[in-house]
Formats: sequence, C-alpha cells, structure tokens
Amino acid sequence: MTNADPIYKTDALIAEDIDAYLEVHQHKTLLRFITCGSVDDGKSTLIGRLLYDSKMIFEDQLAALEADSKKVGTQGQEIDFALLVDGLAAEREQGITIDVAYRFVGTEKRKFIVADTPGHEQYTRNMVTGASTADLAVILTDARKGVLVQTRRHSYLAHLIGIRHIVLAVNKMDLVDYSQARFDEIVADYKAFADSIGIESFVAMPISGFKGDNITGPSPNTPWYQGPALIEHLETVELDQVSDQAKPFRMPVQWVNRPNLDFRGFSGLIAGGTVKPGDKIRVLPSGKTSTVARIVTLDGDLDQAVAGQSVTLTFADEIDCSRGDVIAVADSPPQAADQFEATIVWMADEEMLPGRSYWLKLATQTVSAQIQAPKYQVNVNTMEHLAAKTLDLNAIGIANLSTDRPIVFEPYGDNHTLGGFILIDKISNATVAAGMLHFALRRAENVHWQALDVGREKRAGLKNQKPAVVWLTGLSGAGKSTIANLVDRKLARMNRHSFLLDGDNVRHGLNKDLGFTEADRVENIRRVGEVAKLMTDAGLIVLTAFISPFRAERALVRQMMAEGEFIEVHIDTPLAEAEKRDVKGLYAKARAGQLKNFTGIDSPYEPPENPEIRVDTTNMTAEQAADLIVERLLEREG
Amino acid sequence: MTTGSLTHLERLEAESIHILREVVTEAEKPVMLYSVGKDSAVMLHLARKAFYPSPPPFPLLHVDTTWKFKAMYELRDRMAKESGMELLVYHNPEAQERGINPFDHGALHTDMWKTEGLKQALNLYGFDAAFGGARRDEEKSRAKERIFSFRTASHGWDPKNQRPELWNLYNARKAKGESIRVFPISNWTELDIWQYIQLNDVPIVPLYFAATRPTYVHDGQLFMADDVERLEKTLGHKPEITERSIRFRTLGCFPLTGAVESEAKTLSEVIQETLLTTTSERQGRVIDKDAGGAGMEVKKQQGYF
Repeated sequence: MTNADPIYKTDALIAEDIDAYLEVHQHKTLLRFITCGSVDDGKSTLIGRLLYDSKMIFEDQLAALEADSKKVGTQGQEIDFALLVDGLAAEREQGITIDVAYRFVGTEKRKFIVADTPGHEQYTRNMVTGASTADLAVILTDARKGVLVQTRRHSYLAHLIGIRHIVLAVNKMDLVDYSQARFDEIVADYKAFADSIGIESFVAMPISGFKGDNITGPSPNTPWYQGPALIEHLETVELDQVSDQAKPFRMPVQWVNRPNLDFRGFSGLIAGGTVKPGDKIRVLPSGKTSTVARIVTLDGDLDQAVAGQSVTLTFADEIDCSRGDVIAVADSPPQAADQFEATIVWMADEEMLPGRSYWLKLATQTVSAQIQAPKYQVNVNTMEHLAAKTLDLNAIGIANLSTDRPIVFEPYGDNHTLGGFILIDKISNATVAAGMLHFALRRAENVHWQALDVGREKRAGLKNQKPAVVWLTGLSGAGKSTIANLVDRKLARMNRHSFLLDGDNVRHGLNKDLGFTEADRVENIRRVGEVAKLMTDAGLIVLTAFISPFRAERALVRQMMAEGEFIEVHIDTPLAEAEKRDVKGLYAKARAGQLKNFTGIDSPYEPPENPEIRVDTTNMTAEQAADLIVERLLEREG
Repeated sequence: MTTGSLTHLERLEAESIHILREVVTEAEKPVMLYSVGKDSAVMLHLARKAFYPSPPPFPLLHVDTTWKFKAMYELRDRMAKESGMELLVYHNPEAQERGINPFDHGALHTDMWKTEGLKQALNLYGFDAAFGGARRDEEKSRAKERIFSFRTASHGWDPKNQRPELWNLYNARKAKGESIRVFPISNWTELDIWQYIQLNDVPIVPLYFAATRPTYVHDGQLFMADDVERLEKTLGHKPEITERSIRFRTLGCFPLTGAVESEAKTLSEVIQETLLTTTSERQGRVIDKDAGGAGMEVKKQQGYF
C-alpha cells in the first residue's frame, strides 16, 4: 500500500504520537458527496480506490478482495476495486450496483460520506435519493466516450436537487494516452450543456480511478493540468452546513420536552441560521412571538447554536408550540400556504393518481395532499417538456398540489428542509415520490369561503333528521343500485329526505368527461364525494351506488364528512356470482376484451377492511339488505 | 460553540439525535436494543443527549444469551440506573431449556439466543420500532441498508424493496404487525465511535482495555476464562489457564469472543492499536463467514438484526 501522498502525512503520528493524531482528526469537517456515471464509467472502481488510498480497508478485506478479483473480477490478475463496493449478493453476480450505498472515506481535513448510485435509467430514484443529502456531485464520464445521454441526465438531476458543487471527472484518461485535446473537447461539450440547463459553474478534472491519476495528488501523466486533484478539491470546497448559517433562523419542532411542570423545551435540528439566548423568535403558523431563554444540552447551556445542530430551546413566555411548528427569527419568518407549484419525482411502480390523497411529509409536518395532473413532464435525456396526464416510475414533472391545511414552507431553492417533501401512499405506506416546492399559489387566498346565514344544523333540524352519506361499494352487478333504490323508497315512505346518486347517472352529466382509467376513477369519486358533502350540508341523507374500487378514495370521502356521517356499506358479492348474474352483459364484454379497465377483470377491487355495514348477497335478499341499512340509519337518530 | 464549520463528530451527533427524536414521535412503542458493546454505549449516550433533561422515553432491551462477560452485565445494570431507563432482559425460553451453548451448538447458539430471542422479545412486548447500533462501515450489505429498515410481520428484510430516504425525511408509517429497525449511528465509522467515547467520557466495559486476565486457548484462538466453573462443566475438562495481558476489540459471548494480547491500557492506546491493526473489526466474529461471501445478508433476510 503506498501512502506517500501529503494528505496522509499524519498517519505517521499514529505510532509516534497518538494524541497529536487524534487532535488533528477531532477537528475534521464532514462533506457528503455523490458519484454518478453510467455502468462502465468506473464509479465503483473510483470509490474502491478512494477507500484503498485512504486506508479504509484492512488486510483481511484486501486478501478477500484479491481472491475475489481472481474469481469474478474484470481486471485480469490486477485488483478489481469495484468488488470492494458492490455489496449485495445478487448484484455481485450481475456485475452492477443496484441501489444507493454509502461509503466512508477520510483524510486529515475531512470525513467524506460517499453516496454510490447506479447509472441505469430505471434507477433515477436512487440517484435523487443519494443526491438529496450531498454537498457535491462527481459526474464521471469515460474519456473514450465523452458526454453521453447519461452524463446529461445525471447532471440535470444533480442540478435539480440543488447541488451547488459539480465536478466533471473525465475518467480512464490512461486509455486515451492522457490526451489534453480529448479532455478539452469533452469539457467544451459539457460546458455547452451545463450552460443550457443553468449550471453556473463546475470543475473538470482528468483522472484515472484504475491507475490513480489526479486522485490524491497531481499526476505526472497530465503535466498540462493545473487544477486540483479530486481529494484536494473535496477537502476545500465550501460545505452547505456553513452556507446555511448565513440564512435566517429556522428550526422545525420535532418534539416537545416536558420532564416536569417547570420545564418546557422545544427540540429540533436547526435548518438555517444561528440562534442565541435573547433572540426574538416567532412560532409559525400561529405567529406568536417570544424570546429564546436557553439553549439546553446535556453538556450545559450553549451561548449559540448554528444550522446543522440538534438542540432544545426554551422560551421566556409560555406560548403554544408543538411538533410540526417552525420556530423562526421574529422579523423574517417563513410563510404558510396550502396550494403550491412543485417539482415531483415519482418513485413507485404504481403511477401517480391525480386527485388521490397522499400523506405529504415536509420537515416535521405531515398533512394530506392532492396532486393535480402534471403541467408537463421533463424528459431527463433531452430536457424536453412533454405533455403528461400522470407520472410513472422515475418520471419527473411539474404539478400543482394542495394540502388539507396550511403548511409552513420556503421555496426549495431558499431552504432544502422547508421546501423538500416526500409523498406517502396512505394504504401501502410506501414512499412514492419526492418533491420540491417552487412557490405558493395565491388562489386559495382569493376564493373566500362564503359564510351562510342558515347553518347545516338548522337545515337538518327543519327536516327532522340526521344527514348522512350511505356509501354502497362493491363489484359491478353486486346489487348496489337495486339495494340503494329500495333504501331510498323505504326512507321516503318514512318521511325522510334522501337522494340517490347513482354511478351510471352521474356519468351521463357531471362526470361525462371522465373515462375508466385509474386516474379518472379517482376523479369520479372525488367529485361525487364533494356533491354528497354539499347535500349533507343541505340536510339530506345521501345514498350512493358506485363501484368505488379503491380504499384510498373511499377514505378520502370519509375524511370530507363530519364524524359519524359516513356509512360505508360493502355489498359483498363474490366475483363469480356477479359474473354469473351479469345483468348488463358487461362481464361478457370485458372477458372478450371489448371493455378495458373493468373492475374485477383487469382492474383491481379493494374491499373495505372495516365497513360500517357488510351485506352478504349470497345469503340475504335485496329487501333484507335494505331493511338492515334503514334500521341502522334510524338507530343513529336514537 | 462558535460560528463556522461543525466538526464531523458534531454533525454525526446532530444527525443521530434527529433520528432518535423522529422515531419517538412517529412510532407507537419504540425500544433500544442494548448489547453493552461500545456502539451501544455511544447510541445510549446519544439518546440521553437527545431527550435531556427528560430520560429517553423508551426502555432498553437486552436480548441475552446468558454467556456474556460478567463485566458486561455489571455495566448494563449500572447504565440503566444512571440513565433512568427501564431495562428489559430477555432469554429465549427454548434455548434455556435445551441448554443451547456456544461449545456444543455452534451457529445454532447465535440463531436460537439472538435471532429467535430478538423476534420473540419484540413480539412479546409489541415493540414497533427498535434502535440498533449497527454501522454501515461494518459490512458490505449494511452499507446499502436504510437508516429506517422495515421488517415484515415475520421480521424478514427485503433488500430490493427498501423505501427511498431523502434529505432527513424518514417515513415511519407501517401496517399492523410490521416493525422498523432504526440505525441512528449508520454513518459512524469505528474511529468516530472511539473518538466520541474519548471526547464525551462515555462509559464502556473495562474489557476493552488491556489488563492481566485468566486466559485459555481453544481451537487456536485466545479466550478469557470468565466463568471457570461453567466452562469446565460445558467443556467436560478444566481448560489450561494462563494469566496474560489481553483486551477485546469486540464483545459478545465470552466463549465466542477472541481476545488479543495487548498492553493498551488507555483510550488513546486502544485507538492507536485499533488504527495500527490490519484485520477488520468483525473478523473476530464467526457470524459473517457463514454462507460464503453473503453471510450477513442471508442472516438479515432471516431476521437477524
């Protein structure tokens, strides 16, 4: 192992004076960076080289590496550094990296956390994930191939996620005889592209991960190159944690610390600026102000805390503050809003459904959010804007979204913590997207809710009934409309004011612009939910008969209604039975391939998990089912 | 604290504290798995910092094999008292009944006491989030594991189906029966751990420091005779005991954890020795070598921590 390079000069201290060595290493800073390149650009080799050169591998690992290199390596008898970093068993055999892996490299000045992400097109999500925490991106390109589609894609993504420092590492210079002309040509190509997407500056360097040129120090093979070696650059570039300190103070509250009645502290990670006891602060979204009394830690109170630190603050006054609130400098607070434009990176196999309600987590706030159909999608290879109705796995689009209550935010460009969010599917709990807020839309503020003089209680009182939505869900042909009709008739006989919203009828008018794709089905149910809600405000008992196949949409409608006013009824008829009845002849058509997206055949039905009422039509007549529903409705009036 | 760059240890500390607090607010019933080793010691210290002046709002769980060093049990009980946390100790009753031990049962010892014991304990108490002190620099498959790592209701891990983790936003939502393993010190290296212990005076088991101790040699490896009576009973003969100056690089069950001859009596000397050693940390443990190169990955899919 060679270790003559100047950055490792303190290594001699380990044996000579360990305390002096530790003193140096105690003051290291931390830089996180990401390496990206296409499959054969030599990414894993470069990281393996960094691990090897900074002596982060031990002798036994090296022995294993040498043995592996001979067995499955791609470098003949030489050490295949890539094998050091390609971790999971499956990918080892395929010879590719498939996920985000984190590596740790150190010099005397800095510790580096390296996110290693793959170059395959289908793994955009991994690169965005790895890039989200990075201060810097190393874009690798093969000197023989130059700027490829992948090079452009990785640069676009790094720029999109807000990485300020871009390094273009022209790798495998040994294979082009260290040609300056070739290097200059690639750099000029890249500059033209970088300018076109708004990358203001980048640093280009000629390297060889395999041979070690310009990795830790200047290479004798490239006397024409005057710039820094890769490690030198990584050791000196400005950290985001430092630039974040110049921003206004912001701390999202994670946890309220109440060990006893005399202490109330607010814990969080500072997302921008600095804070001192005596500083005037404002709690958002309430807008209440106070003064910082103490910065409390186990090691004693602090005089000051800065962006990047996890602290606990106490205030001079007793004001309301809880998880999800943001503590900010009093005279320059962030805003709260509930409608935004955002960039969305879709990360799930199931496509985005405009109108469906997802959990949105931003800093420590979690709210319900609905995404509108994208304004456009970006082709990450050509940067073209394409029309899109939805986003599928690895797609990037610009869309408006709305949240069910205002959230405290800043544009992503101003503050990554208060502008970056994830979307979570409410049923599978998977993280389905990442997003970056651009700005708040003004519409919500301009359309004021018109307060009505006659309230909903008054209207319901006049009708002498309790409003409700009786939501019948089930397969096509299960008997929803038949049963709903019977319920409607029975209620009318009992002088109850009800109204039946039928799936087929609504599609003739209100929803005649909608088809049967998943996205259209979601919108169909959302509209019906809104109409049903208006009708309950008018005091009516609303009966609905819709297949409504997705749990998420039924949950959305349930959320719109007042507590206890949503009664979900599962008309449970087995598929075979419904298909046998086939009253409208639709199953036959669907089986013949003439009807697409037919529930139960080529589109899923998600049965309710805990419906208020379950009707098993195989052992209950429609008449009995209607009686059961009416009985339960009247019980509520008690 | 002055304005300027935070050191790498300050950054790592802030990140770990952030993770600990997120879990406490988003999980229903968290627990900290406490193995009494140096990584556990740092994780516990971070938890005390995260919630100070409150005690950490979750219990410590020690999935015990009954074969740990005496000094480990002593420190465990002391730290639980000092931190004001509840200590839960779990023994797999089946392993206890069958007398599973490291001499006669080899890999089964780890499987029954630790892998099975952990699953049983989590199910018994209904914990939905468990903090563990694993680090990404320890082993290749861990380098790719998320900080919030999901386990199915049967505690399996699916490396192909991990949730993306962006910024410092963690998605802790899960279905009933599912649980999360959370690794707050994922991004720490072995050197970071040692330096943090030194700078913060974190209490660790004295066995990490060299001292003259009774030792015996078994299968060519050097061990400490921590409980001679029990050793004799299990081995069927009295091992030949010699006094040597030894210490431990990693702590586990005393008959499974090889000692190294050493004179490193202070933290600085221990760090010095660690940095000068040329074999990696997990080398002393038997577990990684099973199942070819993919030992740990296979173990994890089966539910090992």
